[in-house]
Amino acid sequence: MGIIDNINKLFDHRIRLGIMSILVVNEYADFNRLKELLEVTDGNLASHLKALEKEKYILVEKQFIGRKPNTRYSATKLGKTEFRKHIEALEKLLKK
Amino acid sequence: MSEQDYLNDISEIKNLMNRSSRFISLSGLSGIFAGIYALIGAAVAYWLVANSGREYLILDGKVFRLIMLDLFLIAFFSVITAIYLTTRKARKNGEKIWDTSSRRLIINFLIPLLAGGAYILIILNQQKYGQTGALMLIFYGLALINASKYSIGHVRYLGITEIILGLIAAIFPGYGFWLWVIGFGLMHILYGSIMFAMEKKQ
Repeated sequence: MGIIDNINKLFDHRIRLGIMSILVVNEYADFNRLKELLEVTDGNLASHLKALEKEKYILVEKQFIGRKPNTRYSATKLGKTEFRKHIEALEKLLKK
Repeated sequence: MSEQDYLNDISEIKNLMNRSSRFISLSGLSGIFAGIYALIGAAVAYWLVANSGREYLILDGKVFRLIMLDLFLIAFFSVITAIYLTTRKARKNGEKIWDTSSRRLIINFLIPLLAGGAYILIILNQQKYGQTGALMLIFYGLALINASKYSIGHVRYLGITEIILGLIAAIFPGYGFWLWVIGFGLMHILYGSIMFAMEKKQ
């Protein structure tokens, strides 16, 4: 069952899948940009970001733009690889 | 998860990838208008030069300045129309007119365009004006190709077309004006119509 192995449990959720989709095609995205694109609440988004960060799929950088704190996220190499594997697995499943 | 769920996942991934990295609300209609303005502007320029008593354009003050004004007006009205129509379309698509996608699109469009514009002005000041039409087409084409990475595919083909026309104009400087008319007038109308037709189909 090699294909099923590649289906990543962590990506089995619409929001986490969405976060990764955005981060693999963009160098980075900040919190508000993700929120806007995914149309989710702050708390909801934050908890999913935490989950991805814990697995080291995304990198979190906190910085200041002027005086405002700004958190931006980018996909790690590991995250990108896992995401690609997941998509390939999805495609294979659909082809069957 | 069922097959339908996986299908939904895939389409959601595609959708987010596109929406987060590309600005898709460019209006085809604004291309058509830009082409029409270019044709009107070219007719005015042709008339100006034909009535200046000379066979070709020389940097002799009045006519040259009028043609620069003419070019400026073409660009000005094209940009205003594009902003208006694109804002309208973005609102319909629920896309923000001024966000990361559109900002990236504009910045990447402007880099080759401004570099080219500055270069053309510099060599015009050195009395080298034979290649102006060719340079405008080539730099505009490069700007479109650079911008196309952040927008819809047709922009890229228009860019390639403009560069080819520019290179032809460089070989035959005598036809520079007519190639400019084809590139900025007819091609805008052609590609604008294709984009417009596709918008209607959706």
